[in-house]
Amino acid sequence: MHEASAAEAIVKMVAREAEARGLAEGKSYRVSRIGMVVGETTGYMRESMEFYVAASAKGTAVEGAELDIRYVKPLLRCPACGLDFERSRFSFACPACGAQGVMTKTGSEFYVDSIEIEPEGDAAPASPMPSAAASAGTGARP
Amino acid sequence: MRLELKRAIYEENDELARKINEGLRSRRIFTVNVLGSPGAGKTSLLTRVAERLRPEPLAVIEGDVASDIDTVALKALGIDAYQIETGGDCHLNAPMMEAVLGRMEISDGSWLFIENIGNLICPAEFVIGEDLKVVVASVAEGSDKPYKYPAAFSKSAACILTKIDLREAVGFDEGFFRAGLASVAPGAPLFPINGRTGQGVDAVVDWLKAARASSLK
Repeated sequence: MHEASAAEAIVKMVAREAEARGLAEGKSYRVSRIGMVVGETTGYMRESMEFYVAASAKGTAVEGAELDIRYVKPLLRCPACGLDFERSRFSFACPACGAQGVMTKTGSEFYVDSIEIEPEGDAAPASPMPSAAASAGTGARP
Repeated sequence: MRLELKRAIYEENDELARKINEGLRSRRIFTVNVLGSPGAGKTSLLTRVAERLRPEPLAVIEGDVASDIDTVALKALGIDAYQIETGGDCHLNAPMMEAVLGRMEISDGSWLFIENIGNLICPAEFVIGEDLKVVVASVAEGSDKPYKYPAAFSKSAACILTKIDLREAVGFDEGFFRAGLASVAPGAPLFPINGRTGQGVDAVVDWLKAARASSLK
């Protein structure tokens, strides 16, 4: 459920962008790729996001769009020595000096970075190449 | 064709939340969004706080996935309570708040407490018109909660630690909890309370009063 309302908001946002562009140019666009940046503290899982975005996109100009998520690891800043570091599992201690780190904004991102649109009616390749994101398949997971 | 967007996914929600907050503030209504797991003691805390704030005007919005048990219980105590049933959604959002505020009779200068859905994940992602969030965690949930759910703690202005009479029984490590809280929410005070006896609740109320005074000044 966590991802469902996010997916709806994403589909609505990018569909409107494509529509606005189409209206301005007297064309009709579909969205072929959604590039997102997601900080890991948000807890949005790649598989769930893909599932819910695909489900929300059915019957819209976003149907079939590839979801390309770049995950961002949360960074803590050491108040003593200034080091930015990634936390370990159950500790926020600075690996250099041991002081308790403080959470930074890095890792709480949640936005659509860019989209790819193409004119409606352009035939998609019969056997599309696997996308970079899908074939890599090793992206960070919160 | 590539279009650069750089748009926050919840920008519509956030914009509506900003308007809701503006409307409430213009009426000097101070709004607190209460986060916490199911069973953390959110309703007990609100009951105790409401008792202490009387006779100041106060209303509670109860968010639940299903059922109005908490709302009925609060009303039985003479607390002005309103229900949002999300029907499955795991958090409250600004449109739900707009809808419930439309059917509420809340007097100017009131306290408004929103008990969010019991969940430490998505409620942290949504602003719903509040002046501030607080997070409620019980010792029974374990001392690792700020490490496991940093977003909920980092977005909260204070943390209320409940069921402290169970500290020994569940082996709660308060030092570990405090260290985690200090990292994710520097400066956020921790208020240990016992919701059943009311122990520690006065300090929460004093803090709320100070927060309200500085927010509405």
